[in-house]
Amino acid sequence: MQAETRATIDRTSGPNGASIAVLRFSGDISSASKEPVLGAWQTVSGSGPVLLDFSKVDYINSSGIALIIQILMEADKTGQKVAVFGLTPHFQKVFTMVGIGKYAGLHKDEATAAASL
Amino acid sequence: MVETNGTSVEVRIPSRLGFEKVAMATAASVARLKGFSDERIEDLKTAVAEACINAIEHGNQLNEKLSVGVILSTRADELEVKVMDNGAGISRPPHKPDIDRKVHGEEDPRGMGMFLIQALVDEAEWVRDSKGNGSYVRLVIRLDKENE
Repeated sequence: MQAETRATIDRTSGPNGASIAVLRFSGDISSASKEPVLGAWQTVSGSGPVLLDFSKVDYINSSGIALIIQILMEADKTGQKVAVFGLTPHFQKVFTMVGIGKYAGLHKDEATAAASL
Repeated sequence: MVETNGTSVEVRIPSRLGFEKVAMATAASVARLKGFSDERIEDLKTAVAEACINAIEHGNQLNEKLSVGVILSTRADELEVKVMDNGAGISRPPHKPDIDRKVHGEEDPRGMGMFLIQALVDEAEWVRDSKGNGSYVRLVIRLDKENE
């Protein structure tokens, strides 16, 4: 019933040429997504700025949002910058409602998100 | 548009995470027939999903022998959703999540479902059956909110 969560790790460049990790998620982000979401995060944790790509995510529930908050907790401890892009207007609203925008910029696309880091 | 006033649709889902998507899809279909905007349908889908997840996890304790009932009732300008489970219901109203406390590990990163429900619909009430026969959450979403 839940669509499988997939996470791939990519690289892009920031405005000054610095390497930025991109975690690209697809499928659902729910309580069943802990291993792919936090597992992907562990591979980039502590190593520079990170973009979270939700452009291929169909469904996020409160348990999935809690996983994103866990990423922000880890990033906050090490001072790692995180930005988000690719959310639908609805989930952009939901992320704003719960306050995620305070700890990760919410951007429309990858270029804008990368430029913000 | 199909005439929907005064109609009622009932769905029963097993207490297994993931089946909330069946209730979401049904609610979205009814809301679409009723003429709700895409934005309000997305609000409704998230609210119904979170209500079902609460019912599955907390109300029915993931006991797959128990089902969660979802009744969608249409009226002139609104859609009412009741999500019913066998649990005792909640004793305290939902609180607004504190993102600072969550990020700093002072508050569980989870626990946002009831807040989202309340924030996304026009009315939300949690009702405990006085005879101990389960509880339900009642949600109301209105057609004309986008024009207010």
